[in-house]
Amino acid sequence: MPHFVKPAEGSWTEHYPELGTGPVSYEDSISPQHYERERDAIFGRTWLNVGRVEQLPRTGSYFTRELDAARTSVIVLRSSDGEVRAFHNICRHRGNKLVWNDFPHEETSGTCRQFTCKYHGWRYSLDGDLTFVQQESEFFDLDKADYGLVRVQCEVWEGFVFVNLDSANETPVSAYLGEFGAGLSGYPFDQMTQVYKYRANVGSNWKLFIDAFAEFYHAPVLHAKQAVSDESRKLQGYGFEGLWYALDGPHGMVSSWGGMSPPKDLNMVKPIERVLRSGLFGPWDKPDVGDLPPGVNPARHPAWGIDSFVFFPNFMLLVWEPNWYLTYHYWPTSYNTHIFEGTLYFVPPNNARERLRQELAAVTFKEYALQDGNTLEATQTMLESRAVTEFPLNDQEILLRHLHKTARDRVEDYERRRGETTVRISAAS
Amino acid sequence: MPTATFPPEFADLESFAEWALEHERERFAKRLSSSMDELQALYDAAFPRLEDAMTYLDQLDLNALPEDATRLLWLCYSLVNISFPVEVWRQARVPDSGAASVDLIVEPAV
Repeated sequence: MPHFVKPAEGSWTEHYPELGTGPVSYEDSISPQHYERERDAIFGRTWLNVGRVEQLPRTGSYFTRELDAARTSVIVLRSSDGEVRAFHNICRHRGNKLVWNDFPHEETSGTCRQFTCKYHGWRYSLDGDLTFVQQESEFFDLDKADYGLVRVQCEVWEGFVFVNLDSANETPVSAYLGEFGAGLSGYPFDQMTQVYKYRANVGSNWKLFIDAFAEFYHAPVLHAKQAVSDESRKLQGYGFEGLWYALDGPHGMVSSWGGMSPPKDLNMVKPIERVLRSGLFGPWDKPDVGDLPPGVNPARHPAWGIDSFVFFPNFMLLVWEPNWYLTYHYWPTSYNTHIFEGTLYFVPPNNARERLRQELAAVTFKEYALQDGNTLEATQTMLESRAVTEFPLNDQEILLRHLHKTARDRVEDYERRRGETTVRISAAS
Repeated sequence: MPTATFPPEFADLESFAEWALEHERERFAKRLSSSMDELQALYDAAFPRLEDAMTYLDQLDLNALPEDATRLLWLCYSLVNISFPVEVWRQARVPDSGAASVDLIVEPAV
């Protein structure tokens, strides 16, 4: 008997009949060949969130982002006109990576007036124009106007900076983010500028870690030891049910109860949580950030705790009831490895007490993430054994079913369209 | 005579001065290289003073703390960092975390 109301079809999954209810294959997560197809079909032509505008506070602020899955590196910067722009991180002279410090594969950030290539000293303005060529007279008919940095489509939505490496893309990022993006517009992201950013190298396919964070079915079991024992037994007996699930195009969301801010029974939580009035769900005493937009807590449930949005392909946005938010990014580095980034954003603390409350939330996040990351390596290695090839998914795991279907469909659609283009070209020649 | 690490009101915590570490990476490394007895000793000394420390620090401007108050705050961060091992795990490492590592690459300035 479900504790929360499900759609008339009887389940969230059957509310979206295209998903089916049968067992699923994770071949898309263990095949090096399939990953190569995803690189072109997904990461090379989808809006990717690469950061926040707070990382680019003034003209000349920049950061680089390694996009291994899309086979490039980009420079994201605030140009002389104040706009946020992105360029491929490549010098037009001999193809050297333009912006990097000691290690070419490590991301960097800073503020500058121009970019100078380490190799032969070519210089580029903040607008990407080539402004200086060493010994220019040695070149043959070189017009600097022809050799500016290569632009990458770049748009800002609610302070989130997105790039799209498909120069033919015609969909604005706000349209791409669909109804979930529209429903979150106006959320006070810009007030939450106190940032903790974690990074981990994870030994699993990128989708498998999204799977881990797109369902809470695992939480009462995998994280049983985090809660004090009475609470842990209660949570396991109860299990997990989402308040609300929704899909929109390639994106999905789950809305969950929270009820920990503050907990009804203080004996449920650890001593330091009682003293600091904070924990995994964030500080219990929430800052006033004004009214929240309509896309938050779609079930309008009084026990609402957190909404988790999965923006395809690799960006998750988690909005917590006590007025803070989290982002997750999953950057593939091979078919069975990726870099995970988890970033916590709080309203800046007014005093040491508020600061310590945020510290406890951030430290607690890391304790959980360490368990999640290690579990994923165990999943990846056994999936690769192919000893079992089909796996059941329950109704609380609807976002997993949707993510893998979306990723597979994107690859097939892209390859079919490209095949049609190839046929047309060869017919014309 | 060495100068005090913490404000005079917190002289009882001087023997834990080595836990006054600015960065999370240092605090977590010290946690992993400490015995449970050492973590328990820090917890037993610092946890009962946490409310006092917050009351003391809250009288000051968080963004302009004197050095001794800053170190007291860092000690509180260390207490927060070792609270899971002492209160829950009974070990310094996160159970079932194996070879996994998670690094804090951006942390607040204060």
